[in-house]
Amino acid sequence: MKKDIILAGVGGQGILSIAAVIGIAAVESGRYLKQAEVHGMSQRGGAVESHLRISDKPVHSDLIPEGECDMILSVEPMEALRHLPFLAAEGWIVTSSNPFRNIEDYPVDEQIFAEIRKVRNHILLDAEKIAGEVGSRRVSNMVMLGAASVHLDLPAKKLEEAMETLFGRKGEDVVRMNIAALQAGRDAGKRV
Amino acid sequence: MSKLVLLGDEAVAQGALDAGLSGVYAYPGTPSTEITEYIQRSGQARQRNVHADWSVNEKTALEAALGMSYAGKRSMACMKHVGLNVAADPFMNAALTGVSGGLLVVAADDPSMHSSQNEQDSRFYGKFAMIPVLEPSSQQEAYDLTRYGFGLSEKFRLPVMIRVTTRLAHSRSAVIRSAAREENSMALPANLRQFILLPALARKKFKLLLSTFEELEEEGKSSGLNRLEKGTGKKRGVIACGLAYNYYREVAEMHRLDDPVLKISQYPVHPELLRNFVNAVEEVFVLEEGYPLVEESLRGVLESRYVIRGRMDGALPRDGELNPSLVEKALGVREGQPVTVPEIVKDRPPALCNGCGHIDMFKALNEAIADYGPGRVFSDIGCYTLGALPPYNAINSCVDMGASVTMAKGAADAGMFPSVAVIGDSTFTHSGMTGLLDAVLEASPVTVIISDNSTTGMTGGQKSHATGRLVEICGGLGVEKEHVRVMIPLRKNHDKNVAIIREELAHQGVSVVISQRECIQMVRKKRVS
Repeated sequence: MKKDIILAGVGGQGILSIAAVIGIAAVESGRYLKQAEVHGMSQRGGAVESHLRISDKPVHSDLIPEGECDMILSVEPMEALRHLPFLAAEGWIVTSSNPFRNIEDYPVDEQIFAEIRKVRNHILLDAEKIAGEVGSRRVSNMVMLGAASVHLDLPAKKLEEAMETLFGRKGEDVVRMNIAALQAGRDAGKRV
Repeated sequence: MSKLVLLGDEAVAQGALDAGLSGVYAYPGTPSTEITEYIQRSGQARQRNVHADWSVNEKTALEAALGMSYAGKRSMACMKHVGLNVAADPFMNAALTGVSGGLLVVAADDPSMHSSQNEQDSRFYGKFAMIPVLEPSSQQEAYDLTRYGFGLSEKFRLPVMIRVTTRLAHSRSAVIRSAAREENSMALPANLRQFILLPALARKKFKLLLSTFEELEEEGKSSGLNRLEKGTGKKRGVIACGLAYNYYREVAEMHRLDDPVLKISQYPVHPELLRNFVNAVEEVFVLEEGYPLVEESLRGVLESRYVIRGRMDGALPRDGELNPSLVEKALGVREGQPVTVPEIVKDRPPALCNGCGHIDMFKALNEAIADYGPGRVFSDIGCYTLGALPPYNAINSCVDMGASVTMAKGAADAGMFPSVAVIGDSTFTHSGMTGLLDAVLEASPVTVIISDNSTTGMTGGQKSHATGRLVEICGGLGVEKEHVRVMIPLRKNHDKNVAIIREELAHQGVSVVISQRECIQMVRKKRVS
């Protein structure tokens, strides 16, 4: 088993939390892991990404080679497209459809969606709407993780346990809302 | 022992703690910040009372670490690559004084300049100072080599550099710990003149350093950190330094390559290792993250029968960080046409946060200085450097920590008026204060705006040593009281702030405007907790 995932988004959208949850779940499932993050200047509202590699065998490179990525998991639709050169022919794009417009020349939504639909395996979700229904738009990132988890070889239970580990100190309510977002995302992902 | 999932930076920190570290000294800088932050959070460190407070800058950090080493304890100074420029004076001289307790200097390089002004390769500093450099290729090696580094430092009585790069510093993987060692106890150096670099003594120390070099090369051969990994291929050999080793292994697995590999994680590299390796193959690829240090040493300047491939002949790009795809291309095994990013995808550069105090400061400054025309604002290293971008277009320089103040003074000396510096609070105490004294001594007509957000913002909000001290510092340096002004950068104060800046721009001497409002990210963090 080997899964190479690129997490994408805009600084502040919570992709490092997604990375942390998958990372903990992978290690707790006895898998090898490497996960490269972006820190520093780009975190200030710029494009950010994380390369996440999970395998049964030791992982060499911290970065995923071009054309080898199994999944681009994005919390922002244009950011999903930025990493297309990395996606394998049979790879998945799982992305939120909610644009984050903090630049003047941001393209028209429909153009972005059309490009995403060109990739055979794609999930395009209104994550903010689903997150709002379970309690808060802030957990949109976990909705996307839920949708992606349908195509990740990690048990949902392990992901939920990882959320408890990660968010436990923030209180039970936070854990519960994140888990609810994960489940709602998972249900939505299955329907696609 | 226990298994942890750690960033490369954190693996260095944990390795140091388990090696009996007594103090870490550092100034925040991407990608090195997380080393010290890990130690600050560590229960193990707290229990042992390991020193982990931030220093004012990298020079004071390294000097304090050297002082702790003088007193017999194991210490570590951590910095980003350009921070080592600031600490270069104690760094070079510590190679001559040598150490008592083990001393590690961790330099975190940033090839591709993700968050930096240049991509200098710290291994050259190690070579320059003639000290050992260790370059881990994985998180586990970051842990192991840090532990080994302290022993190495005490064995040769020299500081040892640990060099990491962004991708290792900020990548997470499992690390297996080994049993922790106790800290050294306090002890004065056996020779109380060891640290006195008077010329007569320094000459002896330098001869000693020169005579140690061959032993360091031998050590790099026997430590196992520079090791030959045999392959069935006879044609091509690969020399892979640090992180580049992983990229080769990745590509080799993908394409079933089996070239002999010389894995390098310790410098200086024994010439015999290189010679034997190169002689056994027809061509050699040198893969290194950063500048071509090993490649350059192999090429030399004389004509040679050897075929050396790498960054200097275009097999790999001369600049930027490596990745598996670049290595695939260099080795000629990349298949298929590359997919391109759709044209509709636009750049999304970083930007100042909504509600940031720097924004209101720039708006006030832009209006106040409009009458004089553009091109008169020097700036510095921090979030406010983003004031260079639209819609502000407010600054004209970003060079190094503290340079805004001194460049403004130089330009004022040349007759430019007004001459303005925009500097952050933490950057000001890092390296701006001394330049301000230069300006005060000559009553230079400069206006220094200290954009004080009470934190070290760009690196994630570390303590700023300027907080609550700026008025006193500026007064103490001799700036006239009536020309140390404080303003609160809020929209509702805009007109008032424009007036304050306008008045100080017109002043024919040194003036300081402290624009004081807490970082919006820190305010939010406090609210959440």
